[in-house]
Amino acid sequence: MNSPQMRPQCDLDLQPVQGDASYLSEGYTLRSWLTTHDHKRIAVLYAVSITLFFFLGGVAAAVIRLQLATPNGTLVTPDSYNKLFTAHGIIMVWLFLIPSIPSVLGNFLVPMMIGARDLAFPRLNLASWYLYITGGIIVLWALLAGGVDTGWTFYTPFSTMFSNSHVVLALAGVLVTGFSSILTGLNFIVTVHTMRAPGMGWFRLPLFVWANYATSLILVLATPVLAMTLVLVAIERLFQVGIFDPALGGDPLLFQHLFWFYSHPAVYIMVLPAMGVASEIIPCFSRRPVFGYRFMAYAILAIAVIGFLVWGHHMFVSGQSVYAGTVFSLLSFMVAVPSAIKVFNWTATLYRGWITFPAPMLYALGFVGLFTIGGLTGLFLATLALDVHLSDTYFVVAHFHYIMVGGSVMAYLGGIHFWWPKVTGRLYSEAWGRVAALVIFAGFNLTFFPQYLLGYAGMPRRYHSYPPEFQLLHLLSSAGAVTLAVGYLMPLGYLAWSLRYGRVAPPNPWQATGLEWQTTSPPPTHNFSQPPVVVRGPYAYSP
Amino acid sequence: MNAEFHLLPADASLNAIQLDRLALCLLLLTGLVALVLLALLTGFAARYRAGSDAARNARSRNTAVEIAWTVTPLLLFLGLYAWGAIDYIALYRPDPAAMQVFVVAKQWMWEAEHRNGRREIGELHLPQGRPVRLVLASQDVIHSFFVPAFRVKQDAVPGRYTSLSFTPSQAGVYHLFCAEYCGTDHAQMMGRVVVLPPADFARWLAEGPTQPGLAARGFALYRQYGCSGCHDAGSVTRAPDLTGLLGRRVHLQDGRELIADEAYVRDSILLPRKDVVAGYAPVMPSFAGQISEEDLLAIIEYIRESGHEQPTNASPVRP
Amino acid sequence: MNTNDATQTPAVQFTSRAQQEEAAAFGMWVFIASELLFFGPLLAGYLYLRLHFPQGWTAASRHTDFLLGTVNTAVLLTSSLLMALAGHAAEAGQRRRAASLLAAAAALGLAFLAIKGYEYHAEFAERLFPGAGFFPSLAGKPQNVPGMELFFILYFALTGLHALHLSVGVIVSLGMAAGLRRPAPAGPNGTAVEVLGLYWHFVDAVWIFLYPLLYLVGRAGG
Repeated sequence: MNSPQMRPQCDLDLQPVQGDASYLSEGYTLRSWLTTHDHKRIAVLYAVSITLFFFLGGVAAAVIRLQLATPNGTLVTPDSYNKLFTAHGIIMVWLFLIPSIPSVLGNFLVPMMIGARDLAFPRLNLASWYLYITGGIIVLWALLAGGVDTGWTFYTPFSTMFSNSHVVLALAGVLVTGFSSILTGLNFIVTVHTMRAPGMGWFRLPLFVWANYATSLILVLATPVLAMTLVLVAIERLFQVGIFDPALGGDPLLFQHLFWFYSHPAVYIMVLPAMGVASEIIPCFSRRPVFGYRFMAYAILAIAVIGFLVWGHHMFVSGQSVYAGTVFSLLSFMVAVPSAIKVFNWTATLYRGWITFPAPMLYALGFVGLFTIGGLTGLFLATLALDVHLSDTYFVVAHFHYIMVGGSVMAYLGGIHFWWPKVTGRLYSEAWGRVAALVIFAGFNLTFFPQYLLGYAGMPRRYHSYPPEFQLLHLLSSAGAVTLAVGYLMPLGYLAWSLRYGRVAPPNPWQATGLEWQTTSPPPTHNFSQPPVVVRGPYAYSP
Repeated sequence: MNAEFHLLPADASLNAIQLDRLALCLLLLTGLVALVLLALLTGFAARYRAGSDAARNARSRNTAVEIAWTVTPLLLFLGLYAWGAIDYIALYRPDPAAMQVFVVAKQWMWEAEHRNGRREIGELHLPQGRPVRLVLASQDVIHSFFVPAFRVKQDAVPGRYTSLSFTPSQAGVYHLFCAEYCGTDHAQMMGRVVVLPPADFARWLAEGPTQPGLAARGFALYRQYGCSGCHDAGSVTRAPDLTGLLGRRVHLQDGRELIADEAYVRDSILLPRKDVVAGYAPVMPSFAGQISEEDLLAIIEYIRESGHEQPTNASPVRP
Repeated sequence: MNTNDATQTPAVQFTSRAQQEEAAAFGMWVFIASELLFFGPLLAGYLYLRLHFPQGWTAASRHTDFLLGTVNTAVLLTSSLLMALAGHAAEAGQRRRAASLLAAAAALGLAFLAIKGYEYHAEFAERLFPGAGFFPSLAGKPQNVPGMELFFILYFALTGLHALHLSVGVIVSLGMAAGLRRPAPAGPNGTAVEVLGLYWHFVDAVWIFLYPLLYLVGRAGG
């Protein structure tokens, strides 16, 4: 058949009666936004705030790459450089990546995808945003007061006894932001368990919901450990007690174990939602159901669970025992298996499909490719003997940027474009969307692929200057960073433009099957004019 | 040192070649997987693009395929894991014939002391073709001793000793980097590893400012800090005899037993109340903050030598 | 947890009261799960360090105030009883009785905090607070001191975290007791009191672990 068919998850016509207001027209004052209980408005609040932090972290990265364009750059002093990479890490990890997909897209879409009118605890949701903003402001305060120079990893005893920067302030900011994460996770878990529409069984849930659910489990269980660890670091720094400082009888490796017990699951907080986004976009633009839905759902859970068991792979050369190293390496290989399954399944989803390439699809396919490369290089790092050479080099930096930026950020942008009509009621310019996606893809690879080579050649991390033989690769990377920056600015331009001048969006411009598409764009305040009844599983596309 | 860029650093240690082989194998494997996936993604995208006349009948549910592409990666991963683990364990296996050098990391420089007392700052001379064991200590924060040409790295952690073993295989001069962020001049904490042919190395070792050997220096410190006052035979205060202590089994006050190693001696000097020997009063004062890491190593070396007629290279220590 | 009508209409995001109450209770359980991961690292640290410093641990535990700790345990257990009764009363519609019971439970919570505060005061005076001034009087052997200091780091961290949680519970109880004075639609309902009860019992359960771990270590059979 020529024109692709689809069957949405619910059959009722949910078009609201003429004149029904959307969530955007519910109130135009700042106060109506700052005191809202509506999950959709809160999602927009998050979107604006994380975008600000993204560009702030991006400026730090830009200065770093400019400094590194020459071997002995004098753009910034060594101390300033150290503060810049610390700021970049703290902002990008805690103030951008961790909240990005869950708090923006998850907040907006999870209730809609399950047919609910809001999250279980709307006021708690708003509190989450205020906690996030408070934490962000404290971090900004730390930066403006002079910065922190410990790296986002706060290794002891440098952070507790040697750093002369605003460590405790930065720790406080991250601590507060952590509570925002925990409450969001709690909200999602309760919502998915108790508020699914009639007919929406667990195995009819869109994979985006599964992904946010698994992410929420990690948010709720891992973040408290970070909170306690940061408190212990602050106590040591303020009261000189001797938990982590060997001069007082403490153990620096204890800090590393506690820190990475949270921070490894944290990277799955950053990537699982991205996988969820890809699983919504690819079936829609292939006009085929996702291949192997159950395997995909189980793989998501497997990643979340096994992800708690691999933290020691950050410590292979730390002085940890050889035996512990072998255990963590084995588990790290295990966690790669469900990720591989997902990549194969996304690829197989394209098979015998009817494929189109609007901007969201370009981002989603880019995600699959770049996540694959990042994941494969993870295997190098999980291999014990290789990690001895590659640890703490630019190879690691390239690996995690392929996953976090090539993976998560691309997926986030893909999701923003895919659901833009639903959230704003406007269509963005498809031409600009595609161009930006390609510029970002090219800029990204130019920035980060040379870093794999730098790493194997021995270039260590967190260096403000380097031996001259590394310059060519650094220069390529910096050139890529400029391209990438241009690429990221483009959506800011055309998306903002579309808010005012874009064509008005129909309820379901992509002919997608999820419940969120069976209501107006933008949706009414309570999402659906009548409660939906789910009659089939997700992704009932046929080419 | 080469100012030209090489994609691969020099293969300057015995394990470097093995490591590069492992890396190449993994590169080929992952490269192949990446290319296949890329081919499939672009191939499917092209063949099944909207409007093309490819066949699009329903896909069957293929559990067999799912299982196949779950089990195959799993088996490959297990193989890779085993290879990496075996090489890693070999790297940490103690070699009694290894030549020991003591390295102290501090913000922001490397200091090394050879057993005959020859010291160097920012440089480390080593003989070609002979197994080397570095004992790493840190004066302040965590540093990491990294020589890309040898493909080895080990963190130097304050409060403990870590060790790193390798065999330099090619004469030359190689970069030494600090690979664990340690503050302002982390990027400046570079050094040179100079590998000399054995005869040249022996000559170099014998040259240089004449100093007593490490153990002799340790003996001088042992007296200077008053250790001999209690620990020598015939002293008024009863203190354990330290002759040949390293490697000996020690019974502690609280019933535990341990084999005395470098870390035990260091702890006994800095935290004497921690592991008191059974049958002795805990009256030893602490020397925390008084003795530098280099001097501690020298005293330990003296204690190690004290049990032998002739100085030897063998030392039973915890890795 | 205000609702429009205590018996009929759920909050706007829910489709039924039953769903709302299920969500409230389930939400508290999820919260408790995350709280376990707050206390978890401290308890894991306790386990690890106790294995490494057995003598120091017993010597340190003997410095805790056994009498006050035991009294506090009784106080907290009683408050849990009152809290459970408050939940039952609220579910049965006996709002004034529930309010009184909540206030009584909160009072016992305050008593616990006061006794704990007194203990802390005494411990500061005895120079048991970790840091430069740490100087236990009954150390026995001096080599126990490092272990004792680590014990007290955990003691203050664990009981401090517990006291923080209890304080939050006390404040919410008092707020809810005041709220119960208003009739059903405006004030809290039975589920709210039950959910608070879950939290209170959790705080009590944590104490039931902390009490033997901190107070009884050196005291059973010497």
